[in-house]
Amino acid sequence: MHASIDAVWRLEAARIIAGLARMVHDIGLAEELAQDALVAALEQWPESGVPDNPGAWLMAVGKRRAIDRLRRRQRLEHRLEEIGRDLETRPAPEPDVPDDDHIEDDVLRLVFTACHPVLSTQARVALTLRMLGGLTTGEIARAFLTSESTVAQRIVRAKRTLTDAGVPFEVPEGPDRAARLSSVLEVIYLIFNEGYTATAGSDWVRTDLCQDALRLGRILAELAPGEPEVHGLVALMEIQASRTRARIGPSGEPVPLPEQDRGLWDRLLIHRGFAALLRAKALGEPLGPYVLQAAIAASHAQARTAEDTDWTQIASLYEVLASVAPSPVVDLNRAVAVGRAHGPARGLELVDTLVDEPSLRGYHLLPSVRGDLLARLGRTAEARAEFERAAELTHNEPERRALLDRAAALG
Amino acid sequence: MRFMLMTTDNGSADQKQDESMFVEMGKFIEEMSKAGVLLATGGLEPGGTRIVSSGGKVTVTDGPFAEAKETVVGFALIEVRSREEAIELSKRFWAIVGDGEGVIQQVFGPGDPVPGN
Repeated sequence: MHASIDAVWRLEAARIIAGLARMVHDIGLAEELAQDALVAALEQWPESGVPDNPGAWLMAVGKRRAIDRLRRRQRLEHRLEEIGRDLETRPAPEPDVPDDDHIEDDVLRLVFTACHPVLSTQARVALTLRMLGGLTTGEIARAFLTSESTVAQRIVRAKRTLTDAGVPFEVPEGPDRAARLSSVLEVIYLIFNEGYTATAGSDWVRTDLCQDALRLGRILAELAPGEPEVHGLVALMEIQASRTRARIGPSGEPVPLPEQDRGLWDRLLIHRGFAALLRAKALGEPLGPYVLQAAIAASHAQARTAEDTDWTQIASLYEVLASVAPSPVVDLNRAVAVGRAHGPARGLELVDTLVDEPSLRGYHLLPSVRGDLLARLGRTAEARAEFERAAELTHNEPERRALLDRAAALG
Repeated sequence: MRFMLMTTDNGSADQKQDESMFVEMGKFIEEMSKAGVLLATGGLEPGGTRIVSSGGKVTVTDGPFAEAKETVVGFALIEVRSREEAIELSKRFWAIVGDGEGVIQQVFGPGDPVPGN
């Protein structure tokens, strides 16, 4: 029974919290009310059975609690007024009752509010997983290898920050919108990447987290179908997720893209990724950073073998990406592509411009890429030193072993 | 986790398939897409072509088939976090369709351990 209530919650949490937030204009309070409804379900459903429309049941309970809460506040404010100590008279907001026709707009409002830039990235991630993904604090804690109390505190603080800052429950329009949307996409992609290349811990990949992010992306694509970057992000995640099975070796070690068994790539996800990329491109130019990254991933997916990879195309996509969204990490990837398309010497030239880049200091992929290019140029001793340095810098155990193996293989 | 939700038909029951059901079904499919769980869905031709391999010999027989045998008539491939979630979605499907039978089976996807390992 507990497991079926969990399942209902996962499917309904976002809609219920969003609908209640429309009533109470505060997503923190809305989430508490929704949790109250969940507790009521946990108490009553084992006796009564799961109702025919469990989502409507939970929403009805939540609504009742919301109305109680609003009335209590009204009474309290009224009393304060009577004593004459009222500092701030606020007319109680008319309860705006959620309905099915608007629920999707409310969910989109919830997405933008939970990912508001006033919150730290960690807080946005926690709120998004909790409110839109329906995860428990325990599940979020496990996903990010932290303690449950840390996550709980993070969520409490985040809710307070939103209330204190008076963040309205709305979808931003106008000049703000693009920046706010990229804040949302950043959160989803961060969740995906935490699952795809776990930054810490003994597992290199945490598939559940990838799937949570993919699901959030797919939901967002339906809520905001006119945003090319949303489809771009979905395309990117679908195609990257298609390689999940191929990118882990038998003893948990990472397998780099060129060495992957392409037969293990999931054709369905690749197909879905291509479809999402087409949707993005149909919405017109200019191509944003996620659409471009998806185009790069799609180019890899189209190559039947590693040797068939169209590195020239990929290098030029990276060049566009570097101009649209300049970053040292993009430059590093571009160097890899250029090294494949136009030879290791050209790639090394680009990497060498990055060695003093402060933001890449401590980034293990810089020495790892440099080591690869040096090895291909026959500069073995230098290459070995770079792989060893990369191994020192990574916090991920299987990846560290793989790097040390490469160093050792150079003799 | 991926699951294949299938509806089966043993040829005995009169499947009611009026227009309103198709409208409801369309809405349900849209809802599953919006929930981010639907990967693919489709209906299957009744009967189909049967193929049997025996002793190195492959026999192909075209339908329709005289004997009533349970066949899959529709499917939805979904990606969810648990079997319970698949069951919950399936319940919603049957609430629309009414009487009938189906089966829910996990599909081993990119993130799952290869069966047997």
